[in-house]
Amino acid sequence: MNRLLPPSHRLPGFILAHAALLAGACFMLLPFVWMLLTAIRAPDEILTGGLNPIPRSFHAVENFSGALAQAPLLNFMLNGAIVCAGILVVQLIVAIPAAYALAKLRFRARGLLFALVIAGLCVPIQVPALPLYLALAEFNLLDSYFAMMLPFFLSVFAIFLFRQTFKTFPDEIIHAARVDGVGEFEILWRIVVPSAFPAIAAFSIFSIVAHWNDLYWPMIVIQRLEYAPPPLGMLFFTSSESGASYGVLMAGATIITAPLVIVFLIARRRFVQGITMTGIK
Amino acid sequence: MTIASASAPFPPAAKRQGFRLSGEALGTLFAVPALLLITALILAPLVCLLALSLTDYEIGAVSIRWLGLGNFEKALSDPVFRRSIGNTLLYVALVLPGGVFLGLLVAVLVHGRKRSRGFYEVAYFLPVTSTLIAMAAVWQFLLHPKLGPINSALKSLGFAERAFISEPELLIPTLAAIGLWNLIGFNMVLFLAGLAAIPRDLYDAAEIDGAGGPVNRFLTVTWPQLAPTTMFVAVTTSITSFKVFDTVAVLTRGRDGSEVLLYAIYLEGFQYFKMGYSAALTVIFLVFMLVFSVFQAFQLDRRVHY
Repeated sequence: MNRLLPPSHRLPGFILAHAALLAGACFMLLPFVWMLLTAIRAPDEILTGGLNPIPRSFHAVENFSGALAQAPLLNFMLNGAIVCAGILVVQLIVAIPAAYALAKLRFRARGLLFALVIAGLCVPIQVPALPLYLALAEFNLLDSYFAMMLPFFLSVFAIFLFRQTFKTFPDEIIHAARVDGVGEFEILWRIVVPSAFPAIAAFSIFSIVAHWNDLYWPMIVIQRLEYAPPPLGMLFFTSSESGASYGVLMAGATIITAPLVIVFLIARRRFVQGITMTGIK
Repeated sequence: MTIASASAPFPPAAKRQGFRLSGEALGTLFAVPALLLITALILAPLVCLLALSLTDYEIGAVSIRWLGLGNFEKALSDPVFRRSIGNTLLYVALVLPGGVFLGLLVAVLVHGRKRSRGFYEVAYFLPVTSTLIAMAAVWQFLLHPKLGPINSALKSLGFAERAFISEPELLIPTLAAIGLWNLIGFNMVLFLAGLAAIPRDLYDAAEIDGAGGPVNRFLTVTWPQLAPTTMFVAVTTSITSFKVFDTVAVLTRGRDGSEVLLYAIYLEGFQYFKMGYSAALTVIFLVFMLVFSVFQAFQLDRRVHY
């Protein structure tokens, strides 16, 4: 085994592995580092270009206040939070009972529902986008939080994941609860759901990251800036030619990127667990 | 086994509790919201989409004409659309092998680390959590011909500066590099989970059989054991890269040389409002997705277990 070899035999591999990993890590972190450095740099220094990493003068206050003044960044984030929360709550309310029915109850539509769920896994949002847009336009619902949330109220993926989880819940406990006269609704929400917390947390992270970062659908249904979620707001921000200097732009990018990155740094284990459990981006 | 008892969901004792819904009614009740939403948000739109794809419907047009397969014939002979298919496939061809190979390489290297593992995990995973639109704006600046550090570095090394985001032949490779940057950490995490599941004694057995050395151990144990993970990563990477859109929207807006399938659908449908034609392009997109997704659905079924 490797660990039985004298250290001198392991050293080249050790150095090689670290060299490769560090080179890759530099590539991965370069945009973040350069974004932060540029966000605190003065405009004249940015315009001379160059590789000097350390800013000569500290211009952070001007850049960040400039970013907040040029675009309602905090408003974008509030929109993002409202949309993500609305989507997640409805997804859970719809998917949990359906998944429980698929996992533990016998009814005639069960086979049909499961087949539809599996088929639904193969249909990305871009497919129903056009008819849904036409329907929302017909009812004058474009440019609203509802329009941004509607296509995602149903997550067939959540139904699928929760079904797999609920299936492993012991039937004996459910039977015992029924014998004790506990209603089926209570069994689901007070007994089964708490036991499935890891799967629900994993799905919640997946859902929030996906919808916080989604650009395609908001770009279609939102024209008015006041409803824009972070990615769409950022798109307006980058394309507004109103003299947005790169320092201000990078400060804006920092503000937009910060929330999810901070949440990730705090809850790193849950993120990783969420991905290995769901495996879908 | 518990499966047998599940077939009798309501033991007789429950009857004492007075009125209770039968399993049939209860199951249906729990499933109805999901069934309604599947119908409204997937099935009905799908039928509409197929119908629209056979017409020349445009928003604001007075009349609709039935075209049969006219839209599809038009698409297949349209040079812009053919370019967008070609570019999308080129993008997938660059990101798929790169994403799988680099994700695996990083995972194998990180897996062997002890104290520094946390740092590398964070460093490689950070691009996955960041908002791609914001980071695409950062990349635009990094790649700026005059102001960006990448061209400054190229110049100081004696190379000519390149306009990565305006030279047509560089567009897709540049987008693919950003796509890889965004994806490697995600694939790394999947591979790390796969690596953690390989039993230790397989390595010891390989050692006894004379397969010493990191390369030998990788080829005789790691690689075959990771085969299901690799397949899964390859499918998800294909799906993600086939849907490339965000970076195109920020960096090039589908300019010459960077037309991709989803951006073409977006432009035709939601900028030019040629709904019929855009619907036909969406159907073509769906056919591609189905091929990838059927694979994925089968694998999910095997994957999600505890």
